[in-house]
Amino acid sequence: MAVWDPFRELERLRQEMDRIFESVLPARGWALEFLPGAAARRYPRVNVAEQDDQFIVEALAPGVDPATLDVSVKDNVLTISGEKKAPEGVRPEAYHRNERSAGRFVRNIELPADVDPDNVKAVYADGILQVVLPKAPEARPKRIEIEVG
Amino acid sequence: MSTVERTVPETSPAAAPAQEVTRQPERYAVPLVDIYEEPDKLVVLADLPGVKKDGLSVQVEQGILTIEGKVERDTPGTVLSREFTLVPFFRQFRITEAIDTEKIRASLKNGVLRLELPKAEAAKPRKIPVET
Repeated sequence: MAVWDPFRELERLRQEMDRIFESVLPARGWALEFLPGAAARRYPRVNVAEQDDQFIVEALAPGVDPATLDVSVKDNVLTISGEKKAPEGVRPEAYHRNERSAGRFVRNIELPADVDPDNVKAVYADGILQVVLPKAPEARPKRIEIEVG
Repeated sequence: MSTVERTVPETSPAAAPAQEVTRQPERYAVPLVDIYEEPDKLVVLADLPGVKKDGLSVQVEQGILTIEGKVERDTPGTVLSREFTLVPFFRQFRITEAIDTEKIRASLKNGVLRLELPKAEAAKPRKIPVET
């Protein structure tokens, strides 16, 4: 007979809740938001937007050393990674306030359609990383000429 | 609870001590800061993503340091999924008289404001030689 483990039981319950929320709510972001642990791990915060022939992804990442930023695309998944460094040589007791978090981050963003990986452009300015991803030719909207008969 | 959070949602305004004034919280975001002390100065680092030099104002008046940042941009196109909204930043700190307010220096890089507040002469640590 299995030993009753309250922690495993809690974990099972949490997974169950996850599953329910994921199935009920199409917006996955909301379900993740509901769980403080999962939401806290989502860094950087990302906006995904669409224009006719391209996607625009913006990530809120102030204070990241541009040399550590890495942007890659495979199929329709964009991966952003980088490092936000803590100020160097500061003793812990010298801090009056320490609210800005530091550390390495990786985030995968799934796009609604395939993109052309060879023409992706990324710009980091004012602490915001903007990635412009042209849609793959087959994913672009096609204008159908209507013949008037 | 809305999925759209203000620029830097990790701190709640309630966590900030009462002496810091945050006005109209619905229209301003509180920038996250690091404040640390060096032997001759205080350093303030504030995350202000999306703020350009022209939109930034740093003021010291009657012992209150005010950091204000305007943001004039948003993600172009039709937003499919939004996790942040850029709103203006505003935060105030009370600074002690031990700071030489004339010599405060500010720089903005990669969306981070760095303020150096030199300590006034009287407040600097002074080594006292011990006579025997």
